[in-house]
Amino acid sequence: MHAPDGFLTVPAAVGTGLISAGAVGAALRQSREQLGEQQVPLAGLTAAFVFAAQMVNFPVAAGTTGHLMGGALAAVLLGPWVGLLVVSVVVIVQALVFADGGISALGYNLINMAVVTSLGGWGVFRLGRRVLPKTRVGVAVAAGLAGGASVVISAMAFSLEWLVGASVPVAFDRVFGAMVGVHTLIGIGEGAITGLAVAAVLASRPDLVTGAVGLEPPRGPRTRVRPFAIGAVVVSLLVAAVVAQFAVDDPDGLERVAEDTGFAASAQDHPLGNSIFADYATAGVADESTSLAIAGISGTLLTLAVGGGLFSAVRRRGPSTSSPTQPVG
Amino acid sequence: MSHLGPDDPAGLEVSGLRYTYPDGTAALHGLDLRVEVGERVAVLGPNGAGKTTFALHCNGLLRGQGGEVVVGGLRLDDRSLTEIRRRVGFVFQDADDQLFLGTVREDVAFGPANLGLRAEELQARVQDALAAVEAEHLAGRAPHHLSGGERRRVALATVLAMRPALLVLDEPTSNLDPAGRRELHDVLARLPVTQLVVTHDLPFALELCPRAVIVNGGRVVADGPTAHILADEALLHANRLELPFGFDPRTTRRG
Amino acid sequence: MGAGHTHALYVHEHSPVHALPPHVKVVATVAFVVTVAVTPASAGPVFAVAALLLAAVTRLARVPLRFVVARLVVVVPFLLVALMVPFVASGERTEVLGVSVAAEGLVAGFGIAARASLGATASILLAATTEVPRLLRGLERLRVPPVLTQIATFMVRYLEVVAGELGRMRTAMVARGHDPRWLWQARPVAAATGALFVRSYERGERVHAAMLARGYTGTMPQLDEESEVTTATWARALAPAVLLVAVLVVWAVLT
Repeated sequence: MHAPDGFLTVPAAVGTGLISAGAVGAALRQSREQLGEQQVPLAGLTAAFVFAAQMVNFPVAAGTTGHLMGGALAAVLLGPWVGLLVVSVVVIVQALVFADGGISALGYNLINMAVVTSLGGWGVFRLGRRVLPKTRVGVAVAAGLAGGASVVISAMAFSLEWLVGASVPVAFDRVFGAMVGVHTLIGIGEGAITGLAVAAVLASRPDLVTGAVGLEPPRGPRTRVRPFAIGAVVVSLLVAAVVAQFAVDDPDGLERVAEDTGFAASAQDHPLGNSIFADYATAGVADESTSLAIAGISGTLLTLAVGGGLFSAVRRRGPSTSSPTQPVG
Repeated sequence: MSHLGPDDPAGLEVSGLRYTYPDGTAALHGLDLRVEVGERVAVLGPNGAGKTTFALHCNGLLRGQGGEVVVGGLRLDDRSLTEIRRRVGFVFQDADDQLFLGTVREDVAFGPANLGLRAEELQARVQDALAAVEAEHLAGRAPHHLSGGERRRVALATVLAMRPALLVLDEPTSNLDPAGRRELHDVLARLPVTQLVVTHDLPFALELCPRAVIVNGGRVVADGPTAHILADEALLHANRLELPFGFDPRTTRRG
Repeated sequence: MGAGHTHALYVHEHSPVHALPPHVKVVATVAFVVTVAVTPASAGPVFAVAALLLAAVTRLARVPLRFVVARLVVVVPFLLVALMVPFVASGERTEVLGVSVAAEGLVAGFGIAARASLGATASILLAATTEVPRLLRGLERLRVPPVLTQIATFMVRYLEVVAGELGRMRTAMVARGHDPRWLWQARPVAAATGALFVRSYERGERVHAAMLARGYTGTMPQLDEESEVTTATWARALAPAVLLVAVLVVWAVLT
């Protein structure tokens, strides 16, 4: 997902850059309000956490692994604005200090990896909390759904940017099918890890989970996470089945995105293999009306999620107090 | 190191200190302690006795929910907080918590810069503090590339740069190798400031501090010459303290 | 999805490139990268000149070529994307070695590959010749909000500390036979992630306490004023970007 320089056109880079700068600026102000003078050390340390969490490899199936994006996790733990801020810092430092992701691509990389994942993830999380029981399990499930959705939302955002600023003539519905299809699968892993990680924090320091503010203390037996994990996987699979409709006739695209995210363990099939070519002869020109329909639907979903997150983020006024850590000894 | 000497070494008076953590754990139950100007006092006690909680009160990092803290005649309250924090230097247990900037020089300069020092005056202060811990050669290094012993001494320098009148050290010898521990002792023994040393390292306490107190259950339960306290087996046992195997405080001369 | 590296790319050397003021270098890099990004995919010669310019800077900076090439792995997935483009792109088909590909896609794929590699090389050179704290201060000088660069400074400082904790947790899991192969076995990984968050957050609180203890009031002190930069320095730093723009213009006029 760390797109390199020149992946989208220059107007797209400039446009997304302006949007990202605005979002990061807003996040700076809002997080200052939430964290006060602790803003610098706390945001810095949690940014280091997000960076490290992105190195966490989790098993997917048969020994293949994926790794975390962390935007929704950060939003649930820290609130949407601090979450957006710390993931943005991670993305910026990755570009400037680690040459991971193009400097001129920062605009769209920030949108895809920080802005829509934290705000969109937060929107889904709030929705989940409204629907789900007000218990720790409920919060963890909502976080899991947010984690899964955030990855798909990120893929949608990327596809929409492609629609307006593609630097190469590849049809939108192909990119969309491939991106969203593969990222739905990735989202299952992201969702499971996000939910379970939030459950783990809730078990030890529930006061640190911003998204669980107002949760009554647990009664009776402790949180059982297994039912949640199964539920999250089932829901994600259903979503995957629907979305996969877009992706099935586009195996090369799948492989392409798989490579691009580093998610697939192997892509031994040589891209020049004969079997792949059969498809291309027929799939030369994109069906414009399909493209537009998909774009419209995904744009709506994206707007709903990000807008919902934004709305509840702006409305929410979390307490700015923080309890001192109990020292050891 | 006389040029780094504090403007006025200060004593400490703590009385009736109480503290309960937000999660309901009570840590201090009316702690009283008086430390004279220039004294070095070891604070001993088992895990969870309230030693660190007490130490954090000495420069207002935790604020008492009862009782008072007086440093060099100045009572800790909202108005005196800044001056108390300048007077009382706190050396954290984990040097990584204390060294938070990119280079040693920046880290040491952070405190005095907050006091308003700039340019040459600031650089001179940094130089002096690093000299006091024999770490001038580390000025340009990144903190995470230092050895454990170097890190501990530099953490001490960040506090000395504030020219404190009272030093509070939390477990200064934890995770140090014997040589690092020796170097730290030599540096501390030379510093002409009042020192409060929270530690589990009983030989180190005996070597550095003429006086020791035992804190348990949020109160001072014993106070006296370190050699006497360490020689009282029943007292040590009652407070979950143990001397290293083969170590006899009665036959050990202070260096 | 950054398979992250916690080691910064800085290569310690004394070279004219290392010596340039960091903010000047950032501007020069951005100018170069943007020029590469606006270069049309069909402008092969311009990309070639850009590559030569980068090679010259690499030489001048005494950064080993192997180092740059090794770091370029981050763009490999996108080179594969570029390789796919001719096959999935729409438009007029043409035959290459008996295989039908989109003519426009062939060129566009080349463009993606060229821009990605050249842009990444420029970024690698910036990171390799500028120490992280200086790089972040350079950004501040370019009017990036100081709070943002300070957060980044703290993040970079504690990256290795936090990643080290993660590594030890992972080792502890592996040492006890943890080898998950399926998603439903991932619970320990997630629990470790949660624990890592709690540890990082609590360290953030301790670091804040350490800052308060040294007089922090919510704004970081500005430690050093940087000197004025001469026009000659700007000219030298911007030379590669300016040259590239000139070549691009010439190419555009000629075609």
